[in-house]
Amino acid sequence: MVPVDTDVIGRRYPAGEQHEVTAEAVRAFAEATGATWSEGDPVPATYPIVAAFRAMTAFLDAEGVDLSRIVHGEQRFAYERPLAVGDRLDVELVVASLRAIGGNEIVGTASEVRDADGALVCTGKATLVHRGDA
Amino acid sequence: MSALEPGAVLPTLTYDVTREQLVAYAAAAGDPNPIHQDEEVALAVGLPGVIAHGMLTLALAARAVAEWTGGAEVVELGAKFTSPVVVPAEGAAQVVVAGTVKAVADGTATLALEVTCDGQKVLGAPKAVVRA
Repeated sequence: MVPVDTDVIGRRYPAGEQHEVTAEAVRAFAEATGATWSEGDPVPATYPIVAAFRAMTAFLDAEGVDLSRIVHGEQRFAYERPLAVGDRLDVELVVASLRAIGGNEIVGTASEVRDADGALVCTGKATLVHRGDA
Repeated sequence: MSALEPGAVLPTLTYDVTREQLVAYAAAAGDPNPIHQDEEVALAVGLPGVIAHGMLTLALAARAVAEWTGGAEVVELGAKFTSPVVVPAEGAAQVVVAGTVKAVADGTATLALEVTCDGQKVLGAPKAVVRA
């Protein structure tokens, strides 16, 4: 396992592209959880992970971390407003902390999800566990 | 919709998770991590088998919250992914979501959740706050 460099703390990783919330994407997401979804229904609360995951990927790619060695340790969202179909989302992730525990690295991250007007839609706090060699 | 009174016990809901669903979730969430689809990769990195995305388990908790509250606006949602949900090649893992109303104040209700699979807690400190 190549350790993540401690220099990353405080570094910001924007998701490469804007994520547009489409009815098709929301329906596919809801149905993958076994739910049914029709236009007009609330967007599932965990949907912002679709956008946030892109910023996580930007971070992992930039630091050369293999995704298969990452396990999601914790995720918390705080919402300013519900997501809506038609939203175009930008996400930026910042690495908040990095610590080594039992051969694994625990990466603490914070993300901001903003709409096309730049208004905050939700914030996410995630812990990513970078697993050491099995 | 259950009344969101402090102390109210919400009806426990059970959701199946299949390998097929993991593939659909991976595509819908844009998360190609092979530990959620490929047994060999999962075992190679020291996991007990193919595991559900933590966010899929949290999505099921959110589904329960939506069912309990009639789709109330969610203000906060989160959990630790403390124990993996191992999904068998055949059949399904069952995720059980139980909840109680912990507090109602300032226009919001805080729900305490207990999310288990095979009798074991899979989410740590799961919490949801909704507008009430």
